[in-house]
Amino acid sequence: MDLITFKLILVLALFLLSLTIAAYSTWAERKVASIMQDRIGPNRAGPFGLLQPLADGGKFFFKEDFTPANAEKFLFVLGPALVMFISLITGAVIPWGKSLNIGGTSFDLQVANIDVGVLFIIGMASIGVYGIMIGGWASNNKYSLLGAIRASSQMISYELAMGLALLSIIMMTGSLDLKVITETQTAGKLWGLIHIDGMNWNIFYQPLAFLIFFVSALAETNRHPFDLPECESELVTGYSTEYSSMKLGLYMFGEYVNMFISNAFIVVLFFGGYNYPGIEWVTQHWGENTAGILSVVAFLSKTVIGILIFMWIRWTLPRFRYDQLMHLGWKTLIPLALVNLVITGAVILAFGS
Amino acid sequence: MKLTNRSKVVSNKEMTLAEKIYLPAVFKGMGITFKHAVRTVIKGAPSVYAYPEVQKPRAKVWRGHHVLKRDEEGRERCTACGLCAVACPAEAITMTAAERTKEEKGLYREEKYASVYEINMLRCIFCGMCEEACPKSAIYLTDRLVDVETNRGSFIYGKDKLVEKINERIDITARQSEKQKNAVK
Repeated sequence: MDLITFKLILVLALFLLSLTIAAYSTWAERKVASIMQDRIGPNRAGPFGLLQPLADGGKFFFKEDFTPANAEKFLFVLGPALVMFISLITGAVIPWGKSLNIGGTSFDLQVANIDVGVLFIIGMASIGVYGIMIGGWASNNKYSLLGAIRASSQMISYELAMGLALLSIIMMTGSLDLKVITETQTAGKLWGLIHIDGMNWNIFYQPLAFLIFFVSALAETNRHPFDLPECESELVTGYSTEYSSMKLGLYMFGEYVNMFISNAFIVVLFFGGYNYPGIEWVTQHWGENTAGILSVVAFLSKTVIGILIFMWIRWTLPRFRYDQLMHLGWKTLIPLALVNLVITGAVILAFGS
Repeated sequence: MKLTNRSKVVSNKEMTLAEKIYLPAVFKGMGITFKHAVRTVIKGAPSVYAYPEVQKPRAKVWRGHHVLKRDEEGRERCTACGLCAVACPAEAITMTAAERTKEEKGLYREEKYASVYEINMLRCIFCGMCEEACPKSAIYLTDRLVDVETNRGSFIYGKDKLVEKINERIDITARQSEKQKNAVK
């Protein structure tokens, strides 16, 4: 098989995977919510309500697609499309697994192995807010506009902390390439002491950076407790007030894809990406393909656990007040990230790389 | 003036460090939701009615669909005095009185009866004042629900929907006081 065929298959698989995970996130969200609130949750469509996403999708398609009279038509349509497009495109640079050997050639399980993967994801994530901003503006509705402005200001505040937290990882690794970042977490001794194969994860070196990054990721994906752009009790539903039918569906869906991708990103940066304990041993003894498939499974299960934790947080914490959100971003997370950066730099200077 | 002893004094004290970094409270909260999740997964959801199959039982004094009662001989109790309409704060009740003829003696208990008795279910607030105002124990609210309709006109319930059927009497003894039970003949 030549490279281009493999990549095409990978792109298709990734596309389907993202959509499936996003669809089932909506189901899982409701199920998680229900079990945390002593309820049963969706149980009508199929066993355990497993066909619920299909039913929801059908409902979205057949609902009336309403566009307000004074809305900016082109931008109104562009908004949700942009959110969906951006969130799907970021999956391309993430290394989803180690490698697969097909017909004697070894293929990396990554669509595009670009040198600036981290920058690409961060950049795309920031463009994602354009979808929200455009949608909120084009709706010609004050609540939507307020929600959109909240989204963008929240984005700016948390992007800074996020970038600074990331910098410490990049300093440790010395690369912006996500594949390299993952590979540095494979070998080496943990804290220079314990040797566990494939367990040299960044979380053990950068817990503070992880915490900052995690909180920022919650804010970036507009998840609770930072879901101020779409707070129903304050802004009707924020930027998506005027949206109906599948346009709203795309916004909602895009957000779940975003959540999936940002969890994948967290896994790559802090939880060793596709690494799992004993990955080298498996490669040597059971062959490359087994190791590759196991690595994909490891990656996806870590990501799913991340998504579940996002949901767990959502159904626990109340929403932040807007000034609290800004305080937390500017006065707490950014200074903390800077301190963390200084400490990281000092440690690297003192002990070498 | 202190009306209750439940009031709390508001304070503007500075948050301590542990409160400021939110995390202890966050983890505590997450622990609580996790406990609930585990309990629900292991034992099943507590106190949940699987609604369409199992209906949640309503209280005996639930104020729902009205009924115009008949007496033991099957005669309508209502004498169209209009006290319920006067007592109704939502002005949902209207009626027209008529005099009964000789042949109708088995149908109505008093000489006067309501030839038209209508309750507008869209106006009704189910307060139960009609029930209390009625001197003849003729109108009661039951634990039944008002049906869903697709147009506003159908919500004006006439005697066809309000008077209880002669062979399916509605038991309202649960809502009557002892005194009332004894008073009704």
